[in-house]
Amino acid sequence: MSVVDKDALAPATPAPSPAPAAAISPARRLLLDSRWRWWELLFWVACAASFWVFPKKLMLISEIFILGLLALSIDLVLGFAGLVTLGQGAFFGIGAYAAGLMAKAGMGVAPLSDPLLGLAVAGLAAGAVGFATSFLVLRGSDLTRLMVTLGVALIFEEMVIKFKDITGGSDGLQGVMSSPVLGVWSFDLFGRTAFWYSLILTFLIFLFCRRLVNSNYGLSLLAIKGNPLRARTIGMPVNARLVSIYTIAAAIAGISGGMLTQTTQFVSPDMAAFHRSADALLILIFGGSGFLYGGLVGAVAFRVMQDFLGNITPQYWLFYVGLVLVLLVLFVRGGIIGMLMAASEKLTSRRNDQTGGRP
Amino acid sequence: MAEILRLENVAAGYGEAQVLHGVSLSLEPGSALALLGRNGVGKTTLINTIVGLTRWRAGKIFFDGQDVTRLRADERARRGVGWVPQERNIFKSLTVDENLTAIMRPGAWTLERLYGMFPRLAERRKNMGNQLSGGEQQMLAIARALATNPKLLLLDEPLEGLAPIIIDELLAALRRIVREEKMSAIIVEQSARKILPLTDSAIILERGQVAYAGASADLAQDQETLARLLGVAEKTAA
Repeated sequence: MSVVDKDALAPATPAPSPAPAAAISPARRLLLDSRWRWWELLFWVACAASFWVFPKKLMLISEIFILGLLALSIDLVLGFAGLVTLGQGAFFGIGAYAAGLMAKAGMGVAPLSDPLLGLAVAGLAAGAVGFATSFLVLRGSDLTRLMVTLGVALIFEEMVIKFKDITGGSDGLQGVMSSPVLGVWSFDLFGRTAFWYSLILTFLIFLFCRRLVNSNYGLSLLAIKGNPLRARTIGMPVNARLVSIYTIAAAIAGISGGMLTQTTQFVSPDMAAFHRSADALLILIFGGSGFLYGGLVGAVAFRVMQDFLGNITPQYWLFYVGLVLVLLVLFVRGGIIGMLMAASEKLTSRRNDQTGGRP
Repeated sequence: MAEILRLENVAAGYGEAQVLHGVSLSLEPGSALALLGRNGVGKTTLINTIVGLTRWRAGKIFFDGQDVTRLRADERARRGVGWVPQERNIFKSLTVDENLTAIMRPGAWTLERLYGMFPRLAERRKNMGNQLSGGEQQMLAIARALATNPKLLLLDEPLEGLAPIIIDELLAALRRIVREEKMSAIIVEQSARKILPLTDSAIILERGQVAYAGASADLAQDQETLARLLGVAEKTAA
Protein backbone atom coordinates (compact mmCIF):
# COMPACT_ATOMS: atom_id res chain seq x y z
CA MET A 1 0.00 0.00 0.00
CA SER A 2 1.31 3.36 -0.84
CA VAL A 3 1.45 5.65 2.12
CA VAL A 4 1.86 9.34 1.66
CA ASP A 5 2.89 11.99 4.12
CA LYS A 6 -0.15 14.19 4.63
CA ASP A 7 2.02 17.28 4.56
CA ALA A 8 2.84 16.66 0.97
CA LEU A 9 -0.85 16.84 0.16
CA ALA A 10 -1.75 19.71 2.45
CA PRO A 11 -2.37 22.87 0.49
CA ALA A 12 -0.04 25.66 1.41
CA THR A 13 -2.25 28.65 1.96
CA PRO A 14 -0.43 31.81 1.05
CA ALA A 15 -0.43 34.39 3.82
CA PRO A 16 -2.56 37.41 2.98
CA SER A 17 -0.59 40.52 2.35
CA PRO A 18 -0.14 42.43 5.55
CA ALA A 19 -2.32 45.43 6.22
CA PRO A 20 -0.70 48.84 6.27
CA ALA A 21 0.58 49.63 9.72
CA ALA A 22 -1.41 52.83 10.01
CA ALA A 23 -4.74 51.29 9.01
CA ILE A 24 -6.85 51.21 12.14
CA SER A 25 -10.60 50.90 12.20
CA PRO A 26 -12.17 54.34 12.60
CA ALA A 27 -14.61 52.86 15.07
CA ARG A 28 -11.74 52.13 17.42
CA ARG A 29 -9.66 55.20 16.79
CA LEU A 30 -11.44 57.06 19.56
CA LEU A 31 -10.61 54.38 22.06
CA LEU A 32 -7.05 53.51 21.22
CA ASP A 33 -5.57 55.67 23.89
CA SER A 34 -6.72 58.04 26.55
CA ARG A 35 -5.18 61.17 25.03
CA TRP A 36 -7.55 64.04 24.50
CA ARG A 37 -8.19 65.09 20.90
CA TRP A 38 -8.76 68.65 19.82
CA TRP A 39 -12.29 67.94 18.71
CA GLU A 40 -13.17 66.48 22.11
CA LEU A 41 -12.14 69.70 23.78
CA LEU A 42 -14.06 71.61 21.12
CA PHE A 43 -17.16 69.52 21.82
CA TRP A 44 -17.14 70.31 25.54
CA VAL A 45 -16.30 73.98 24.99
CA ALA A 46 -19.23 74.16 22.55
CA CYS A 47 -21.47 72.56 25.19
CA ALA A 48 -20.45 75.22 27.71
CA ALA A 49 -20.73 78.01 25.12
CA SER A 50 -24.33 77.07 24.38
CA PHE A 51 -25.15 78.81 27.70
CA TRP A 52 -24.44 82.17 26.08
CA VAL A 53 -25.46 81.26 22.53
CA PHE A 54 -28.92 79.93 23.42
CA PRO A 55 -29.84 81.70 26.68
CA LYS A 56 -33.54 81.03 26.16
CA LYS A 57 -33.12 77.29 25.63
CA LEU A 58 -31.26 76.41 28.82
CA MET A 59 -33.88 73.97 30.09
CA LEU A 60 -33.93 72.19 26.74
CA ILE A 61 -30.13 71.99 26.69
CA SER A 62 -30.09 70.62 30.26
CA GLU A 63 -32.51 67.95 29.14
CA ILE A 64 -30.24 67.13 26.20
CA PHE A 65 -27.30 66.57 28.59
CA ILE A 66 -29.47 64.32 30.73
CA LEU A 67 -30.76 62.34 27.75
CA GLY A 68 -27.19 62.07 26.50
CA LEU A 69 -26.13 60.65 29.86
CA LEU A 70 -28.93 58.06 29.70
CA ALA A 71 -27.84 57.10 26.17
CA LEU A 72 -24.23 56.94 27.39
CA SER A 73 -25.31 54.38 29.99
CA ILE A 74 -26.76 52.25 27.19
CA ASP A 75 -23.56 52.68 25.22
CA LEU A 76 -21.60 51.10 28.07
CA VAL A 77 -23.68 47.93 28.00
CA LEU A 78 -24.45 47.78 24.28
CA GLY A 79 -21.49 49.43 22.59
CA PHE A 80 -18.80 47.99 24.83
CA ALA A 81 -20.20 44.80 26.37
CA GLY A 82 -22.59 43.81 23.58
CA LEU A 83 -25.65 43.51 25.83
CA VAL A 84 -28.83 44.73 24.16
CA THR A 85 -31.21 46.32 26.59
CA LEU A 86 -34.57 48.01 26.63
CA GLY A 87 -34.57 48.35 30.39
CA GLN A 88 -32.57 51.52 31.02
CA GLY A 89 -35.83 53.50 31.22
CA ALA A 90 -36.68 51.58 34.40
CA PHE A 91 -33.39 52.58 36.04
CA PHE A 92 -33.90 56.15 34.85
CA GLY A 93 -37.33 56.08 36.51
CA ILE A 94 -35.99 54.54 39.74
CA GLY A 95 -33.39 57.30 39.93
CA ALA A 96 -36.01 59.94 39.18
CA TYR A 97 -38.33 58.72 41.93
CA ALA A 98 -35.50 58.14 44.43
CA ALA A 99 -34.23 61.70 44.00
CA GLY A 100 -37.80 63.01 44.04
CA LEU A 101 -38.68 61.20 47.26
CA MET A 102 -35.49 62.43 48.91
CA ALA A 103 -36.18 66.04 47.92
CA LYS A 104 -39.80 65.76 49.00
CA ALA A 105 -38.85 64.25 52.38
CA GLY A 106 -36.46 67.12 53.02
CA MET A 107 -39.03 69.73 51.94
CA GLY A 108 -36.38 71.76 50.19
CA VAL A 109 -34.00 71.78 53.16
CA ALA A 110 -30.60 70.08 53.27
CA PRO A 111 -29.40 67.49 53.98
CA LEU A 112 -32.31 65.32 52.71
CA SER A 113 -33.09 67.69 49.83
CA ASP A 114 -29.47 68.20 48.91
CA PRO A 115 -29.22 67.55 45.16
CA LEU A 116 -25.89 65.74 45.29
CA LEU A 117 -27.06 63.49 48.10
CA GLY A 118 -30.24 62.89 46.10
CA LEU A 119 -28.20 61.88 43.08
CA ALA A 120 -26.09 59.52 45.18
CA VAL A 121 -29.26 57.84 46.46
CA ALA A 122 -30.70 57.76 42.92
CA GLY A 123 -27.54 56.09 41.61
CA LEU A 124 -27.41 53.61 44.47
CA ALA A 125 -31.09 52.68 44.16
CA ALA A 126 -30.90 52.18 40.40
CA GLY A 127 -27.57 50.38 40.72
CA ALA A 128 -28.99 48.01 43.33
CA VAL A 129 -31.95 47.12 41.11
CA GLY A 130 -29.57 46.88 38.14
CA PHE A 131 -27.37 44.45 40.07
CA ALA A 132 -30.38 42.35 41.10
CA THR A 133 -31.70 42.15 37.54
CA SER A 134 -28.30 41.80 35.85
CA PHE A 135 -28.33 38.05 36.37
CA LEU A 136 -31.33 37.86 34.05
CA VAL A 137 -29.29 39.11 31.10
CA LEU A 138 -26.40 36.68 31.51
CA ARG A 139 -28.14 33.90 29.69
CA GLY A 140 -29.76 33.68 26.31
CA SER A 141 -29.46 35.50 23.03
CA ASP A 142 -29.99 39.14 22.13
CA LEU A 143 -33.71 38.50 21.64
CA THR A 144 -34.01 36.95 25.12
CA ARG A 145 -32.20 39.93 26.61
CA LEU A 146 -34.45 42.38 24.80
CA MET A 147 -37.52 40.61 26.12
CA VAL A 148 -36.20 40.28 29.67
CA THR A 149 -35.13 43.93 29.91
CA LEU A 150 -38.39 45.04 28.30
CA GLY A 151 -40.21 42.98 30.94
CA VAL A 152 -38.26 44.68 33.75
CA ALA A 153 -39.11 48.10 32.30
CA LEU A 154 -42.81 47.27 32.01
CA ILE A 155 -42.96 45.82 35.53
CA PHE A 156 -41.46 48.99 36.97
CA GLU A 157 -43.77 51.19 34.89
CA GLU A 158 -46.78 49.39 36.35
CA MET A 159 -45.37 49.50 39.87
CA VAL A 160 -45.18 53.29 39.69
CA ILE A 161 -48.92 53.43 39.06
CA LYS A 162 -49.74 50.68 41.56
CA PHE A 163 -47.87 52.10 44.57
CA LYS A 164 -49.47 55.50 44.36
CA ASP A 165 -49.07 56.19 48.11
CA ILE A 166 -45.34 56.41 47.51
CA THR A 167 -45.09 57.53 43.90
CA GLY A 168 -48.21 59.66 43.57
CA GLY A 169 -49.57 57.26 40.96
CA SER A 170 -50.53 58.70 37.62
CA ASP A 171 -50.51 62.25 39.05
CA GLY A 172 -46.81 62.03 39.73
CA LEU A 173 -44.86 63.12 42.77
CA GLN A 174 -45.87 66.56 44.03
CA GLY A 175 -43.86 68.88 46.21
CA VAL A 176 -40.40 68.01 44.96
CA MET A 177 -38.06 70.77 46.11
CA SER A 178 -34.30 70.46 46.04
CA SER A 179 -32.16 72.65 48.24
CA PRO A 180 -29.54 74.87 46.52
CA VAL A 181 -26.58 73.06 44.93
CA LEU A 182 -23.70 73.11 47.45
CA GLY A 183 -25.93 75.38 49.51
CA VAL A 184 -25.40 78.26 47.07
CA TRP A 185 -27.11 77.84 43.70
CA SER A 186 -30.89 77.35 43.65
CA PHE A 187 -32.64 75.82 40.66
CA ASP A 188 -34.26 78.74 38.86
CA LEU A 189 -37.07 79.05 36.31
CA PHE A 190 -34.68 80.03 33.52
CA GLY A 191 -32.62 76.89 33.92
CA ARG A 192 -29.27 78.59 34.58
CA THR A 193 -28.38 76.39 37.57
CA ALA A 194 -29.92 73.37 35.83
CA PHE A 195 -27.65 73.99 32.83
CA TRP A 196 -24.38 74.07 34.75
CA TYR A 197 -25.47 71.34 37.13
CA SER A 198 -26.33 69.01 34.24
CA LEU A 199 -23.29 69.92 32.18
CA ILE A 200 -20.75 69.52 34.97
CA LEU A 201 -22.21 66.24 36.21
CA THR A 202 -22.50 64.85 32.68
CA PHE A 203 -18.88 65.81 32.04
CA LEU A 204 -17.66 64.19 35.28
CA ILE A 205 -19.56 60.97 34.60
CA PHE A 206 -18.30 61.02 31.02
CA LEU A 207 -14.72 61.29 32.35
CA PHE A 208 -15.35 58.27 34.54
CA CYS A 209 -16.74 56.27 31.59
CA ARG A 210 -13.85 57.36 29.37
CA ARG A 211 -11.34 56.14 31.94
CA LEU A 212 -13.31 52.92 32.36
CA VAL A 213 -13.38 51.97 28.67
CA ASN A 214 -9.70 52.84 28.23
CA SER A 215 -8.66 50.57 31.09
CA ASN A 216 -7.98 46.83 30.93
CA TYR A 217 -11.49 46.43 32.31
CA GLY A 218 -12.88 48.21 29.22
CA LEU A 219 -10.71 46.12 26.91
CA SER A 220 -11.98 42.97 28.56
CA LEU A 221 -15.54 44.15 27.88
CA LEU A 222 -14.71 44.58 24.20
CA ALA A 223 -13.14 41.13 24.21
CA ILE A 224 -16.27 39.65 25.77
CA LYS A 225 -18.41 41.46 23.22
CA GLY A 226 -16.26 40.03 20.42
CA ASN A 227 -16.09 36.45 21.64
CA PRO A 228 -17.53 35.58 25.06
CA LEU A 229 -16.60 31.90 24.87
CA ARG A 230 -12.99 32.66 24.04
CA ALA A 231 -12.86 35.30 26.75
CA ARG A 232 -14.06 32.72 29.26
CA THR A 233 -11.50 30.14 28.23
CA ILE A 234 -8.61 32.52 28.82
CA GLY A 235 -9.83 33.08 32.33
CA MET A 236 -11.84 36.29 32.01
CA PRO A 237 -14.61 36.42 34.60
CA VAL A 238 -17.22 37.00 31.89
CA ASN A 239 -20.31 36.92 34.10
CA ALA A 240 -18.75 39.14 36.76
CA ARG A 241 -17.75 41.68 34.08
CA LEU A 242 -21.24 41.72 32.56
CA VAL A 243 -22.91 42.02 35.96
CA SER A 244 -20.61 44.89 36.95
CA ILE A 245 -21.02 46.90 33.74
CA TYR A 246 -24.79 46.39 33.78
CA THR A 247 -24.87 47.63 37.38
CA ILE A 248 -22.66 50.64 36.59
CA ALA A 249 -24.84 51.52 33.59
CA ALA A 250 -27.99 51.21 35.72
CA ALA A 251 -26.50 53.54 38.33
CA ILE A 252 -25.63 56.11 35.64
CA ALA A 253 -29.15 55.85 34.21
CA GLY A 254 -30.47 56.38 37.75
CA ILE A 255 -28.30 59.45 38.22
CA SER A 256 -29.57 60.88 34.92
CA GLY A 257 -33.16 60.27 36.09
CA GLY A 258 -32.37 62.00 39.37
CA MET A 259 -30.91 64.96 37.49
CA LEU A 260 -34.09 65.36 35.46
CA THR A 261 -36.19 65.30 38.65
CA GLN A 262 -34.01 67.91 40.33
CA THR A 263 -33.79 70.24 37.34
CA THR A 264 -37.55 70.10 36.62
CA GLN A 265 -38.65 69.75 40.28
CA PHE A 266 -41.21 67.18 39.26
CA VAL A 267 -41.55 63.42 38.79
CA SER A 268 -44.22 61.85 36.64
CA PRO A 269 -44.86 58.24 35.56
CA ASP A 270 -43.69 59.38 32.14
CA MET A 271 -40.14 59.39 33.52
CA ALA A 272 -40.39 55.66 34.13
CA ALA A 273 -42.29 54.89 30.92
CA PHE A 274 -41.00 52.36 28.45
CA HIS A 275 -40.57 54.99 25.74
CA ARG A 276 -37.61 56.39 27.71
CA SER A 277 -35.72 53.18 26.97
CA ALA A 278 -36.72 53.24 23.33
CA ASP A 279 -35.87 56.95 22.96
CA ALA A 280 -32.47 56.46 24.56
CA LEU A 281 -31.67 53.50 22.32
CA LEU A 282 -32.79 55.56 19.31
CA ILE A 283 -30.56 58.43 20.43
CA LEU A 284 -27.59 56.09 20.71
CA ILE A 285 -28.20 54.64 17.25
CA PHE A 286 -28.47 58.17 15.87
CA GLY A 287 -25.18 59.15 17.44
CA GLY A 288 -23.38 55.82 16.98
CA SER A 289 -22.73 53.15 19.59
CA GLY A 290 -19.31 52.18 20.90
CA PHE A 291 -17.85 55.70 20.69
CA LEU A 292 -18.92 57.16 24.08
CA TYR A 293 -19.79 60.41 22.33
CA GLY A 294 -22.59 58.76 20.34
CA GLY A 295 -25.17 59.20 23.09
CA LEU A 296 -24.34 62.87 23.60
CA VAL A 297 -24.27 63.74 19.91
CA GLY A 298 -27.38 61.65 19.30
CA ALA A 299 -29.21 63.44 22.11
CA VAL A 300 -28.47 66.80 20.51
CA ALA A 301 -29.65 65.56 17.09
CA PHE A 302 -32.75 63.92 18.51
CA ARG A 303 -33.95 66.83 20.63
CA VAL A 304 -33.11 69.44 18.01
CA MET A 305 -34.96 67.37 15.43
CA GLN A 306 -37.87 66.91 17.81
CA ASP A 307 -37.95 70.64 18.55
CA PHE A 308 -37.58 71.70 14.92
CA LEU A 309 -39.93 69.13 13.39
CA GLY A 310 -42.40 69.53 16.24
CA ASN A 311 -42.78 73.17 15.27
CA ILE A 312 -43.31 72.38 11.60
CA THR A 313 -45.50 69.32 11.92
CA PRO A 314 -46.53 68.64 15.53
CA GLN A 315 -48.53 65.53 14.60
CA TYR A 316 -46.12 63.78 12.26
CA TRP A 317 -42.66 64.66 13.55
CA LEU A 318 -42.06 61.04 14.53
CA PHE A 319 -42.52 60.07 10.87
CA TYR A 320 -39.43 62.10 9.97
CA VAL A 321 -37.50 60.78 12.96
CA GLY A 322 -38.30 57.26 11.74
CA LEU A 323 -37.27 58.16 8.21
CA VAL A 324 -33.91 59.53 9.35
CA LEU A 325 -33.36 56.46 11.52
CA VAL A 326 -34.04 54.09 8.62
CA LEU A 327 -31.70 56.05 6.33
CA LEU A 328 -28.97 56.17 8.98
CA VAL A 329 -29.13 52.46 9.71
CA LEU A 330 -29.26 51.54 6.02
CA PHE A 331 -26.60 53.84 4.63
CA VAL A 332 -24.36 55.02 7.46
CA ARG A 333 -22.31 52.74 9.63
CA GLY A 334 -21.89 54.01 13.17
CA GLY A 335 -24.52 56.78 13.16
CA ILE A 336 -23.56 60.45 13.07
CA ILE A 337 -20.07 59.86 14.54
CA GLY A 338 -19.47 57.06 12.05
CA MET A 339 -20.52 59.40 9.24
CA LEU A 340 -18.21 62.17 10.45
CA MET A 341 -15.33 59.75 10.74
CA ALA A 342 -15.88 58.33 7.27
CA ALA A 343 -15.91 61.89 5.87
CA SER A 344 -12.74 62.75 7.79
CA GLU A 345 -11.02 59.59 6.52
CA LYS A 346 -11.99 60.42 2.94
CA LEU A 347 -10.70 63.97 3.32
CA THR A 348 -7.40 62.78 4.79
CA SER A 349 -6.85 60.19 2.08
CA ARG A 350 -7.68 62.74 -0.66
CA ARG A 351 -5.23 65.19 0.89
CA ASN A 352 -2.58 62.46 1.05
CA ASP A 353 -3.22 61.62 -2.62
CA GLN A 354 -2.73 65.25 -3.57
CA THR A 355 0.49 65.63 -1.59
CA GLY A 356 1.82 62.23 -2.62
CA GLY A 357 1.64 60.96 0.96
CA ARG A 358 3.75 63.81 2.33
CA PRO A 359 2.40 65.37 5.52
CA MET B 1 7.54 14.39 40.33
CA ALA B 2 3.78 15.06 40.40
CA GLU B 3 2.15 15.31 37.01
CA ILE B 4 0.95 18.68 35.75
CA LEU B 5 -1.97 16.90 34.09
CA ARG B 6 -3.55 13.50 34.57
CA LEU B 7 -6.66 12.11 32.92
CA GLU B 8 -8.18 8.94 34.29
CA ASN B 9 -10.63 7.08 32.05
CA VAL B 10 -12.25 10.27 30.82
CA ALA B 11 -15.44 9.96 28.81
CA ALA B 12 -16.87 13.13 27.29
CA GLY B 13 -18.65 14.51 24.25
CA TYR B 14 -21.15 17.06 23.04
CA GLY B 15 -24.83 16.85 23.95
CA GLU B 16 -25.93 13.25 23.59
CA ALA B 17 -22.94 12.24 21.49
CA GLN B 18 -20.05 10.66 23.34
CA VAL B 19 -16.73 11.19 21.56
CA LEU B 20 -14.10 10.16 24.12
CA HIS B 21 -14.28 6.68 25.62
CA GLY B 22 -12.06 6.16 28.66
CA VAL B 23 -9.06 8.28 27.73
CA SER B 24 -6.16 8.24 30.19
CA LEU B 25 -2.94 10.18 29.93
CA SER B 26 -0.43 11.98 32.09
CA LEU B 27 2.02 14.78 31.51
CA GLU B 28 5.09 15.63 33.56
CA PRO B 29 5.84 19.30 34.27
CA GLY B 30 8.07 20.79 31.60
CA SER B 31 7.38 18.08 29.05
CA ALA B 32 5.53 18.24 25.76
CA LEU B 33 3.05 15.73 24.39
CA ALA B 34 2.09 15.28 20.75
CA LEU B 35 -1.58 14.42 20.28
CA LEU B 36 -1.99 12.71 16.94
CA GLY B 37 -4.75 11.00 15.02
CA ARG B 38 -6.76 11.07 11.85
CA ASN B 39 -9.56 13.56 11.33
CA GLY B 40 -12.57 13.00 13.58
CA VAL B 41 -10.95 10.71 16.13
CA GLY B 42 -11.48 13.14 19.03
CA LYS B 43 -8.26 15.18 19.26
CA THR B 44 -10.00 18.53 19.50
CA THR B 45 -12.64 17.05 21.80
CA LEU B 46 -9.90 15.87 24.13
CA ILE B 47 -8.36 19.35 24.20
CA ASN B 48 -11.80 20.90 24.72
CA THR B 49 -12.40 18.46 27.57
CA ILE B 50 -9.20 19.52 29.30
CA VAL B 51 -10.21 23.16 28.77
CA GLY B 52 -13.69 22.44 30.16
CA LEU B 53 -15.88 22.95 27.13
CA THR B 54 -17.41 19.51 26.62
CA ARG B 55 -20.07 17.52 28.39
CA TRP B 56 -18.30 15.38 30.94
CA ARG B 57 -19.61 11.86 31.43
CA ALA B 58 -17.07 9.87 33.44
CA GLY B 59 -13.51 9.81 34.68
CA LYS B 60 -11.33 12.34 36.45
CA ILE B 61 -9.12 15.23 35.36
CA PHE B 62 -6.33 16.32 37.69
CA PHE B 63 -4.45 19.54 36.97
CA ASP B 64 -1.45 20.58 39.04
CA GLY B 65 -2.44 18.05 41.68
CA GLN B 66 -6.04 19.26 41.98
CA ASP B 67 -9.20 17.56 40.74
CA VAL B 68 -10.61 20.00 38.18
CA THR B 69 -13.15 17.64 36.62
CA ARG B 70 -16.11 19.75 37.72
CA LEU B 71 -14.53 23.18 37.32
CA ARG B 72 -15.75 25.66 34.69
CA ALA B 73 -13.54 26.69 31.78
CA ASP B 74 -12.74 30.12 33.23
CA GLU B 75 -11.77 28.63 36.59
CA ARG B 76 -9.44 26.14 34.90
CA ALA B 77 -7.93 28.97 32.85
CA ARG B 78 -7.30 30.99 36.00
CA ARG B 79 -5.54 27.97 37.52
CA GLY B 80 -3.17 27.89 34.57
CA VAL B 81 -4.65 26.06 31.59
CA GLY B 82 -3.73 28.05 28.48
CA TRP B 83 -5.47 27.22 25.22
CA VAL B 84 -4.79 28.09 21.60
CA PRO B 85 -7.91 26.98 19.74
CA GLN B 86 -7.98 25.69 16.20
CA GLU B 87 -9.97 28.73 15.05
CA ARG B 88 -7.51 31.12 16.76
CA ASN B 89 -10.41 33.29 17.90
CA ILE B 90 -8.40 36.40 18.48
CA PHE B 91 -10.33 39.50 19.50
CA LYS B 92 -10.70 41.24 16.18
CA SER B 93 -11.98 44.51 17.58
CA LEU B 94 -8.87 44.93 19.74
CA THR B 95 -5.37 45.86 18.65
CA VAL B 96 -2.51 43.37 19.00
CA ASP B 97 -1.36 45.22 22.13
CA GLU B 98 -4.84 45.19 23.60
CA ASN B 99 -5.35 41.50 22.80
CA LEU B 100 -2.35 40.80 25.01
CA THR B 101 -2.68 43.39 27.77
CA ALA B 102 -6.40 42.79 28.32
CA ILE B 103 -5.71 39.32 29.68
CA MET B 104 -2.12 39.58 30.85
CA ARG B 105 -1.39 37.96 34.20
CA PRO B 106 1.82 38.41 36.20
CA GLY B 107 4.58 35.93 35.45
CA ALA B 108 7.60 35.20 33.34
CA TRP B 109 5.85 36.01 30.05
CA THR B 110 5.87 39.78 29.77
CA LEU B 111 4.83 41.88 26.79
CA GLU B 112 8.48 42.47 25.89
CA ARG B 113 9.29 38.76 25.95
CA LEU B 114 6.27 37.94 23.82
CA TYR B 115 7.22 40.57 21.26
CA GLY B 116 10.77 39.26 21.39
CA MET B 117 9.48 35.84 20.44
CA PHE B 118 7.15 37.18 17.73
CA PRO B 119 8.80 40.27 16.19
CA ARG B 120 6.09 40.35 13.50
CA LEU B 121 3.56 41.09 16.23
CA ALA B 122 5.72 43.88 17.60
CA GLU B 123 5.59 45.52 14.17
CA ARG B 124 1.81 45.26 14.14
CA ARG B 125 1.15 46.06 17.77
CA LYS B 126 -1.18 48.96 16.92
CA ASN B 127 -3.09 47.06 14.24
CA MET B 128 -6.53 45.61 14.85
CA GLY B 129 -6.87 41.84 15.09
CA ASN B 130 -8.84 41.69 11.85
CA GLN B 131 -5.97 43.35 9.97
CA LEU B 132 -3.56 40.50 10.59
CA SER B 133 -2.71 37.69 8.20
CA GLY B 134 -3.54 34.09 9.13
CA GLY B 135 0.00 33.44 10.35
CA GLU B 136 0.07 36.62 12.42
CA GLN B 137 -3.29 35.72 13.93
CA GLN B 138 -1.88 32.35 14.92
CA MET B 139 1.16 34.02 16.49
CA LEU B 140 -1.15 36.35 18.36
CA ALA B 141 -3.27 33.42 19.55
CA ILE B 142 -0.16 31.69 20.94
CA ALA B 143 1.20 34.92 22.44
CA ARG B 144 -2.16 35.62 24.04
CA ALA B 145 -2.27 32.18 25.64
CA LEU B 146 1.27 32.74 26.96
CA ALA B 147 0.30 36.19 28.23
CA THR B 148 -1.92 34.49 30.81
CA ASN B 149 1.28 32.84 32.10
CA PRO B 150 -0.20 29.35 32.06
CA LYS B 151 1.24 26.23 33.65
CA LEU B 152 0.07 24.14 30.71
CA LEU B 153 -0.30 25.18 27.09
CA LEU B 154 -2.74 23.39 24.81
CA LEU B 155 -2.26 24.02 21.09
CA ASP B 156 -4.89 22.74 18.69
CA GLU B 157 -3.44 22.36 15.19
CA PRO B 158 -1.36 25.54 15.36
CA LEU B 159 0.12 25.02 11.89
CA GLU B 160 -3.09 24.34 10.03
CA GLY B 161 -3.63 26.22 6.78
CA LEU B 162 -0.46 28.30 6.99
CA ALA B 163 2.19 29.04 4.38
CA PRO B 164 5.45 27.02 4.70
CA ILE B 165 7.51 30.08 5.65
CA ILE B 166 5.10 30.91 8.48
CA ILE B 167 5.06 27.27 9.58
CA ASP B 168 8.86 27.35 9.92
CA GLU B 169 8.62 30.53 11.99
CA LEU B 170 5.96 29.04 14.24
CA LEU B 171 7.84 25.79 14.64
CA ALA B 172 10.88 27.76 15.79
CA ALA B 173 8.71 29.57 18.33
CA LEU B 174 7.14 26.32 19.53
CA ARG B 175 10.58 24.74 19.84
CA ARG B 176 11.67 27.65 22.02
CA ILE B 177 8.53 27.41 24.15
CA VAL B 178 8.74 23.68 24.84
CA ARG B 179 12.47 23.05 24.63
CA GLU B 180 14.10 26.19 26.01
CA GLU B 181 11.35 27.57 28.23
CA LYS B 182 10.30 24.06 29.32
CA MET B 183 6.62 24.89 29.12
CA SER B 184 4.32 21.91 29.69
CA ALA B 185 2.37 21.54 26.47
CA ILE B 186 0.04 19.33 24.49
CA ILE B 187 0.22 19.94 20.77
CA VAL B 188 -2.44 18.57 18.44
CA GLU B 189 -1.11 18.16 14.94
CA GLN B 190 -1.91 16.23 11.79
CA SER B 191 1.71 16.10 10.75
CA ALA B 192 3.67 13.65 12.89
CA ARG B 193 6.86 14.56 11.05
CA LYS B 194 6.69 18.18 12.16
CA ILE B 195 5.66 17.72 15.73
CA LEU B 196 7.39 14.58 16.98
CA PRO B 197 10.86 16.19 17.05
CA LEU B 198 9.48 18.90 19.35
CA THR B 199 7.82 16.66 21.90
CA ASP B 200 8.87 14.16 24.54
CA SER B 201 5.94 11.78 24.29
CA ALA B 202 3.06 11.11 21.94
CA ILE B 203 -0.34 9.54 21.93
CA ILE B 204 -2.43 8.57 18.96
CA LEU B 205 -6.18 8.58 19.24
CA GLU B 206 -8.49 6.31 17.33
CA ARG B 207 -12.26 6.41 17.69
CA GLY B 208 -12.04 8.36 20.94
CA GLN B 209 -9.59 5.99 22.60
CA VAL B 210 -5.85 5.97 23.06
CA ALA B 211 -4.49 3.59 20.43
CA TYR B 212 -0.80 4.35 21.08
CA ALA B 213 1.16 5.98 23.87
CA GLY B 214 4.91 6.21 24.01
CA ALA B 215 7.99 8.30 23.53
CA SER B 216 7.98 10.64 20.54
CA ALA B 217 11.43 9.47 19.46
CA ASP B 218 10.25 5.84 19.41
CA LEU B 219 7.12 6.69 17.46
CA ALA B 220 9.12 8.66 14.92
CA GLN B 221 11.02 5.46 14.13
CA ASP B 222 7.95 3.21 14.19
CA GLN B 223 6.87 3.41 10.57
CA GLU B 224 4.42 0.54 10.94
CA THR B 225 2.43 2.27 13.73
CA LEU B 226 2.47 5.58 11.91
CA ALA B 227 1.22 3.96 8.75
CA ARG B 228 -1.43 1.92 10.55
CA LEU B 229 -2.83 4.64 12.82
CA LEU B 230 -2.15 7.81 10.86
CA GLY B 231 -1.79 6.67 7.28
CA VAL B 232 1.55 8.45 7.32
CA ALA B 233 4.96 7.24 6.39
CA GLU B 234 8.19 8.52 4.90
CA LYS B 235 10.74 10.58 6.68
CA THR B 236 8.99 10.94 10.04
CA ALA B 237 12.25 10.85 11.89
CA ALA B 238 13.77 14.11 12.96
